[in-house]
Amino acid sequence: MVDKKYLLNSIQMAQFVAKGYLRFDELVPKAINDRIMQDIDAGAVKPAAAGTPLSQCYLPPSAVGEMIRMPEVAGIIESLVGPDPLFDHQAVHVREPNEDSAQAMHGDSTIDTRLAFDIQLMYFPHDVTRDMGGTLIVPGSQYRRINEMDIARYQNFLGQIQTVCKAGTLLIVHHGIWHCGRQNKSNQKRYMFKVRLNPAVRQLRLWNTDDLTGEESKPQILFDGSHKIPELQAILNSREPWFENGDGRLEVINRIKQWRFLTGDDHFDAYYWLTRLENEPEAVRGGIHF
Amino acid sequence: MAAIRQKILILYLATSALDDVVKGWTVYDGTGKEAHTTGDSDQPPYKTGLDALKDGWRLIQFPQLIPPYPGLELTTSFQKYEFVFEKLEEV
Repeated sequence: MVDKKYLLNSIQMAQFVAKGYLRFDELVPKAINDRIMQDIDAGAVKPAAAGTPLSQCYLPPSAVGEMIRMPEVAGIIESLVGPDPLFDHQAVHVREPNEDSAQAMHGDSTIDTRLAFDIQLMYFPHDVTRDMGGTLIVPGSQYRRINEMDIARYQNFLGQIQTVCKAGTLLIVHHGIWHCGRQNKSNQKRYMFKVRLNPAVRQLRLWNTDDLTGEESKPQILFDGSHKIPELQAILNSREPWFENGDGRLEVINRIKQWRFLTGDDHFDAYYWLTRLENEPEAVRGGIHF
Repeated sequence: MAAIRQKILILYLATSALDDVVKGWTVYDGTGKEAHTTGDSDQPPYKTGLDALKDGWRLIQFPQLIPPYPGLELTTSFQKYEFVFEKLEEV
């Protein structure tokens, strides 16, 4: 059990629900980064069988295990996929120097229609400059129903994020997020170590929910610029620069459904988007039944 | 006689209107002069689809407006407003 102070808060969770990722810069200390790089180069980072509880993976003296068991990292994992999630697979992604092209845009695994979600830890053990081609992600793409490389023709989107970071940075992404390894134009190899984790429990209020007071889920006055909307609803209602006008609204509905799933609050809404669609009154005027 | 090669520009727009703003873009250059790939630029080549026409690109595909399949009205998937342009260039 992770100390509550290391769990995510509700605003961070809403940001994950909205954008499909969280980023933690330079979270892992240099001593662990250096040892992980040595282990990667030596081929010493060994995966477990799919479905193995994470507590049985990367046992000491594994440097990767040391990273995953850092309370800050363990708190992120537990907030999103619960205690002792299942190891799915790992990958050491290497982008060779002076490549001709990038990896095509894709979503990992297959089309996946669950509200339950896996997470992927994308860990950068060394500094990544822009030329080195850090992982590109498309924020807010995680709910789009596509199958793997179906989207390979998409080269660029407004608001795409090119990962440029210092050593020890972690991206935690929803399994459905669109991404690719960018072209490495530098003279150095570029590494990214990835671990996919599956929840072993229902993903219900796993983070630090002390900041949920009920205010954040109250109906709001709409289209009134003078009225302050709770931050949580504003995050869920935000649009990514690449969203089409119409589907951008549907993405907000996707997020509301995800938030309801995570909180167990079947009446939660942001900006009335879903409540409006659910309104099919059955009461008859004057109480007369025909 | 010079050979002709095709350049393809795909713009993903905000709505079905050609003069709306660009949200995503892809380029394939059959002349071999340019090599485009995923994540190679953060700024679109044009602000709107119409701006591409004004710069000499010929529109060769308009996205059809197809009603959502029953049961999938709230589902999001591919970019809906994919406009395909071409230019023919001598090599």
